[in-house]
Amino acid sequence: MVRNPSNREQFRPADHDAEHFLLTTVVGSYPKPTWLTRAKKLADDSESGFDERALAEAQDDAARLITHEHERAGLDTVVDGEMRRDEMVEYFAHRIPGYEFNGPVKVWGHNYFDKPSVVSEVEYDEPWLLEEFEFTASVATRPVKVPITGPYTLARWSFNEAYDDEAALAYDLAELVNEEIHRLVEAGARYVQIDEPALATTPGEHAIVGECLERIVDGVPEDVRVCLHVCYGDYSKLYPAINDFPIDEFDVELCNDGYEQIDVFRSPAFEPDLALGVVDVHTAEVESVAEIKSNIEQGLKVVSPDRLTVSPDCGVKLLPREIAYQKLENLATAAREIEAELDADEIEIAGPSDD
Amino acid sequence: MTELVATTPGLFPLPDWAKSDLADLKGRQKADLISGDESNAVVSTYERARAAVVDDQFDADLDLFVEGQLRWDDMLAHPLTVHDRVEAGRIARYYDNNNFYRDPRVVGELTPSGDVGVELTAASELIDETAPLQAVLPGPYSLADLATDAYYGDEREFLSALAEFLAAEVDAFPDHETLFLLEPSLVESPPGDDVAEAVPEAIDVVASATDADVVVHTYFGALGEKTYAHLMDADVDAFGLDLVADDREATVYNAVEYGVPDAVALGVADGQNTRIESAETLRERASWFTEQVPMADFDTVYLSTNTELFYLPVNRYREKLAALAAAADIEREVSA
Repeated sequence: MVRNPSNREQFRPADHDAEHFLLTTVVGSYPKPTWLTRAKKLADDSESGFDERALAEAQDDAARLITHEHERAGLDTVVDGEMRRDEMVEYFAHRIPGYEFNGPVKVWGHNYFDKPSVVSEVEYDEPWLLEEFEFTASVATRPVKVPITGPYTLARWSFNEAYDDEAALAYDLAELVNEEIHRLVEAGARYVQIDEPALATTPGEHAIVGECLERIVDGVPEDVRVCLHVCYGDYSKLYPAINDFPIDEFDVELCNDGYEQIDVFRSPAFEPDLALGVVDVHTAEVESVAEIKSNIEQGLKVVSPDRLTVSPDCGVKLLPREIAYQKLENLATAAREIEAELDADEIEIAGPSDD
Repeated sequence: MTELVATTPGLFPLPDWAKSDLADLKGRQKADLISGDESNAVVSTYERARAAVVDDQFDADLDLFVEGQLRWDDMLAHPLTVHDRVEAGRIARYYDNNNFYRDPRVVGELTPSGDVGVELTAASELIDETAPLQAVLPGPYSLADLATDAYYGDEREFLSALAEFLAAEVDAFPDHETLFLLEPSLVESPPGDDVAEAVPEAIDVVASATDADVVVHTYFGALGEKTYAHLMDADVDAFGLDLVADDREATVYNAVEYGVPDAVALGVADGQNTRIESAETLRERASWFTEQVPMADFDTVYLSTNTELFYLPVNRYREKLAALAAAADIEREVSA
């Protein structure tokens, strides 16, 4: 059962002059400035004299810079580009008692990942993202979204040495995510996104993700917007099951394959708000505003404009930074132009049930 | 009396120093992956890495040594992706794992390449007759399943061409004690009725190219009944069976219902989990199987991981090797 998608109105900027409002956002990651990557390497080298304090300062600077870069692009909700995070599972595993690291494993070719092992019951210790959120919120003039790697992905992309099965591990992790969200909400967060890329590879296990989400949102106020992001998979295996998930918004990667799967979501009716990927994160060609507008219109086949969020397909961290920026800027411009055209009745909305 | 033999299906993780050295030398993108004409610096890095994993097997005291297949960037698809008449295509998911390989697109006749033979010869020189060598290849069915055919045009013909190709590779191998043919696709995407009968024939073509003991090793779960029954027609010395997977009862059922060769490779250690099983646990898992198949009188039981080992970090892979060797050593001979 969806939660309260109408909570999107709180993100409408005070100076928004169109009647229609397409919420513009990002999925999370953004290319790190080259100097931050160098600073990280220096901090890893004990002989460099570049200590953890200096790295923390560099991370603050980068977070401030990228948050402002998102604002300059014209987005309604912003992220710090995950400047403090190296990898979406490792970052959290380092902060959760119960995990240990043994070394890198192959993903493909010479790309590796420090896949952690769960060696005992997972526990909540220090907050994972509170400082990141508080800092970003303190430098942002727009509302801040908090991406959190979901418990199913944290479980699937770890070695499970301690639990009977991955579902049991995922449920325990979901409790920890719930605790983290409560802290974030207390600190003022109003928009969280649960990232579950692992679900795309094993869509048959969507019921486990549904169960996790029930635990994640337990006690979370309805004015806190909860988004679920699942990238690059066969969505027909997840839909309509996701209509039963306790979320406000479902974020999908469809630009990458030219909206081949958009019809999957047209019947039965799509219940949460749709957050639609309208720029491809796997190509360094910047989509034109016209092209992005036509991508946005694909979303209007599924939901009405007041339920459409637009974002890139996924995190943009693998793109060159100037390309990432241009894509976001064009995305925001396209959304504003579509809003104006909707206000002027210049766009015919196909609607979910029409062809 | 049953002889217990500690071994592995190969495809080891690169030593950590080689992971970073090779990433620096080759690059991290798709176009940077192994092509069969590596630079001298790359070749010598792999030589050092090969020596390191041979040493790992000495340290563990395994009974059979593999080359380690460290060059196999595309895992089981490797023998094709380095072939002149194969284009390395899109990046594809490797079974149900968070791993990817280049989909090999066969665009011309598959002539012998000798690529794997060169690796095995190098390993054989390192081992220097102090331990028996085990060759490892993808089975013809898995190789067909992982590849795309843009030349032969017919599923059975493609399978048969891959079998001939693999047999020609085996012809170029140095002396080896065993040949493991890895066939996870028999579990993951079992052959349809039209190809099922051709699978044992294709395996026979490869098996007949060697005098060594041939093991058709299957994993990622139990074989379907039909696939298992067809596999019994193959003229091989042993089946390799996954005893870690949740559906292992089905593996026992297959063996009881359809029989099993006199030798069996039991995937008793989990190649995809860092949890280290004790030698006793590994032996219990083997007995769990052999005791439920009482009519079989196994002359050889290979104790192995179920899967390849590249999924693991280096420290845990080494511990798995040691546990397997210790399991076989608890007492060298037991009654099945």
